[in-house]
Amino acid sequence: MTWLTEAIETVEREPAKIGRLFPAAGRHTGSAHADEARVEMLKALPLRGDALTVEVRALYRYGDAAEKRAVLLALPHLDVGASCVDLLRDALRTNDTRLVAAALGPYATHLDAEAWRQGVLKCVFMGVPLENVHDLDRRADAELGVMLGDLHAERTAAGRTLADDAVALLGRLR
Amino acid sequence: MRIFDPHIHMTSRTTDDYERMAAAGVRALVEPAFWLGQPRTNVGSFTDYFDSLVGWEPFRAAQFGIRHHCTIALNPKEANDPRCREVLDVLPRYLNKDGVVAVGEIGYDSMTADEDSAFAAQLALAVEFELPALVHTPHRDKIRGTRRSLDVVRESGIEPGRVVIDHLNEVTIGLVKDSGCWMGFSIYPDTKMSPSRMVALLQEYGPARVLVNSAADWGRSDPLLTLRTGEAMLAAGFGDDDVDRVLWRNPVEFYGQSKRLEPEAAPTGEATFEGNSILRGGS
Repeated sequence: MTWLTEAIETVEREPAKIGRLFPAAGRHTGSAHADEARVEMLKALPLRGDALTVEVRALYRYGDAAEKRAVLLALPHLDVGASCVDLLRDALRTNDTRLVAAALGPYATHLDAEAWRQGVLKCVFMGVPLENVHDLDRRADAELGVMLGDLHAERTAAGRTLADDAVALLGRLR
Repeated sequence: MRIFDPHIHMTSRTTDDYERMAAAGVRALVEPAFWLGQPRTNVGSFTDYFDSLVGWEPFRAAQFGIRHHCTIALNPKEANDPRCREVLDVLPRYLNKDGVVAVGEIGYDSMTADEDSAFAAQLALAVEFELPALVHTPHRDKIRGTRRSLDVVRESGIEPGRVVIDHLNEVTIGLVKDSGCWMGFSIYPDTKMSPSRMVALLQEYGPARVLVNSAADWGRSDPLLTLRTGEAMLAAGFGDDDVDRVLWRNPVEFYGQSKRLEPEAAPTGEATFEGNSILRGGS
């Protein structure tokens, strides 16, 4: 039995054990598979409602950057409603490109338009590829266009550029 | 010259340091949890600090191609403050993380009863989490502090080969060599140990179980003194293989006992952004 299979069975049987298994997933499954392994462990939690939310939030709170990213990636697959939207806000306050990118996946439908636009703008600012942003073309609006246009003007004035995907988005919004 | 700095407090250093270190050959490092100059007064200050050691700081190091690992502990000085002792209860949250390669810095500052109990409790955690331990020796009363540290290590039942006793000098090296523990040396501009004194110790005691670090922090210190020590070794007639052993293979062997070390892996979180400054959103 692989480490992950065993870990998932343990979590299904004794959900509290995820606290020790979740952080160890990187070294046991290899860093390339760690996101996927951790998402599967979260999906295996036999908890509902508040109990699930409490566990998910604790894993994020005490997680290292890789664990936090895995929690963010798992959110759309977990039955937590909008109760964890503040985790996205926390991730968007960081300057860690991996967390910022993971915060704008499908769960970001729970983010209000203002926070979502700031998140997209931050991606552009940090050079995070916009292909990571869920539902970009449907949600991008005129206000985001104004914000991107201003950033573009600042960069141009400084003799710098925006990434091609951001310039293309700006073109679509103008 | 490839360099693994087994003890450096990057939280207190600038991006200029990271650039200079990368240029000097530093490819991997371990940042032990310690005190920050200003005493902390509550557990939250510690958890935010630990979060940084497993979050932001590895990301920052990765921008410069340097692999960052850390050690986690309640340090001896702050173990004396009852407001901070509850940190011991949150340590298990951190000790199972991939980037945590030892329990430390533990040990003595003033050799109080509170330091005794925190030291013993954390050696027990090292055994439970199958991690090596990094033991700081006190600035004052160092000989007795080193001897007493070795007693506590012996009583804990941890294998001596999984313990490094740090900040050693000419008068404490012999005690530690005989114990079977690893010997750590912090090369400082003018206090703990200098490159030339380190070379003399290597000539007398040999390179086995020796770790050389810069222990650079917020005080007067220099992250390139590992490189300077390697240069001093070569100038004194040591070969490239000896230098590589002391500055790379020894720390890899010691911290590798955690089975969590990836010194050669590409650092995670390497930026995909344009430009060459650390990401600082909003500026």
